[in-house]
Amino acid sequence: MSAVLPEHPEFLWRNPDPRRSYEVVIVGGGGHGLATAYYLARNHGITNVAVLERGWLAGGNMARNTTIIRSNYLWDESAAIYEHALKQWEALPEELDYDFLFSQRGVLNLAHTPQDVREGVRRVNANQLNGVDAEWLNPDQVKEFCPIVDISPGVRYPVLGATLQPRAGIAKHDHVAWAFARTADEHGIDLIQDCEVTGFLRDGDKILGVQTTRGPIMADRIGLAAAGHTSVLAGLAGLRLPLQSHPLQALVSELLEPVHPCVVMSNHVHVYVSQAHKGELVMGAGVDPYNSYAQRGSVHVIERQMAAALELFPIFARAHVIRTWGGIVDVTPDASPIIGATPLANLFVNCGWGTGGFKATPASGWVYAHTLATGRAHPLNEPFALERFTTGALIDEHGAAAVAH
Amino acid sequence: MLLIPCPWCGDRDETEFHYGGQAHVAYPQSPDALSDAQWAEYLFVRDNPKGEFAERWCHNAGCRRWFNLVRDTATHQIVVQR
Ligand SMILES: Cc1cc2nc3c(=O)[nH]c(=O)nc-3n(C[C@H](O)[C@H](O)[C@H](O)COP(=O)(O)OP(=O)(O)OC[C@H]3O[C@@H](n4cnc5c(N)ncnc54)[C@H](O)[C@@H]3O)c2cc1C
Ligand SMILES: [Zn+2]
Repeated sequence: MSAVLPEHPEFLWRNPDPRRSYEVVIVGGGGHGLATAYYLARNHGITNVAVLERGWLAGGNMARNTTIIRSNYLWDESAAIYEHALKQWEALPEELDYDFLFSQRGVLNLAHTPQDVREGVRRVNANQLNGVDAEWLNPDQVKEFCPIVDISPGVRYPVLGATLQPRAGIAKHDHVAWAFARTADEHGIDLIQDCEVTGFLRDGDKILGVQTTRGPIMADRIGLAAAGHTSVLAGLAGLRLPLQSHPLQALVSELLEPVHPCVVMSNHVHVYVSQAHKGELVMGAGVDPYNSYAQRGSVHVIERQMAAALELFPIFARAHVIRTWGGIVDVTPDASPIIGATPLANLFVNCGWGTGGFKATPASGWVYAHTLATGRAHPLNEPFALERFTTGALIDEHGAAAVAH
Repeated sequence: MLLIPCPWCGDRDETEFHYGGQAHVAYPQSPDALSDAQWAEYLFVRDNPKGEFAERWCHNAGCRRWFNLVRDTATHQIVVQR
């Protein structure tokens, strides 16, 4: 049967009232905001920090994602930051003393067309050159790794092969957030829920603090980590960012016996599937095309995703959809994040992770903490500056990253 | 699924349409005169409001014509057709 989940710790965090001022204020208590707080303490000894969250910790995309973790991105800049994240994932359960069910069960990215095969093989080669574990599997090897995948040649989109990253996998996302939050709190960092940022206190082009539903809070440096709502926040400071907010949906089945040993993603038919520790099948699709902040999408997107899943996994034919939900993801023109300074002094952004930022959580926190502590980019986030849209040095992971999740 | 009013065909399911993003983004009058920052703004930056948004749709599986809508991105309510 399904795995036994670890018990929750007795105590996670205090619920302090906000103080009048901090060295660093982070806006957004999702995974990235919480990881940033943790690494400010761990790597820089900075603990005079508040994380301001308008709802509850991890109530946004952090606990809505399908938890896929991998680092097999095509471009050097992406491979570097996602691989740094994967190395942290490998260390974090012990470091944070929290079993968040990180499971390196391997991720397959299926190829269904000759062009998919060429791109997959190219990505495997690029990954290997970057020290990222990657293998190319033929259809029989795919079947061996994941026996429930239908590799028969007669289907509409036959499986022609797959990339495999053996160190990739999944984790339990809410526990990851709580692990970071608990440790940040232990360091004396204030995690302040039910505290919405509604404006900025400024002196010309210099940001001095934030206006919140719990009063004004001053800070030397302010870092936005608000995912799908970043444009709204930046707008309060008069900043326009190259972001569009879209719904991204996912769903789960009822609890089933373990049938699915790994993670399977398909860019071409656009579905990705794993089986969570408790036993539910977890599936995600692509974004809804329209802009939205409604945390829900259209049902035909789910229908298409399930049709794709059924063709790949005929064994799922009698499974039921128990729950579907949506999050709001912030998408950039090159499908890569924006991490760094803004034209406004003391205001920093970490956004644009779109459909794939969960896997990056530790690295995102690591480099953002560095940026907020020193005022300068870490070498890993230097290429991800806002200026790249002006210089043209885009990091185009559309398609190149296999599926973007 | 959105129910989208095509100005020529009437209310149709969202699956018949293709989304075109923000409406009224004009091609720059003299592209040569733009700075890199202005060109970046034209190429990459669009409004992303939580609330009313003027956007383009194309009725791909119907009359195949483009038109504009104002839709509320927080509620998905279509506010006006224009
Ligand atoms: C359905 C779905 C599936 C996904 N699957 C994957 C996957 O398999 N793998 C992967 O790597 N990524 C995946 N992602 C993407 C990933 O979830 C996000 O990139 C990542 O969670 C974003 O960072 P975050 O955790 O900090 O965001 P969030 O958890 O959304 O945190 C942002 C926080 O900011 C808060 N906030 C917003 N405005 C304000 C304000 N004015 N004042 C105070 N607080 C504010 C919000 O309430 C929210 O809690 C998926 C996303 C979705 C929606
Ligand atoms: Zn029409």
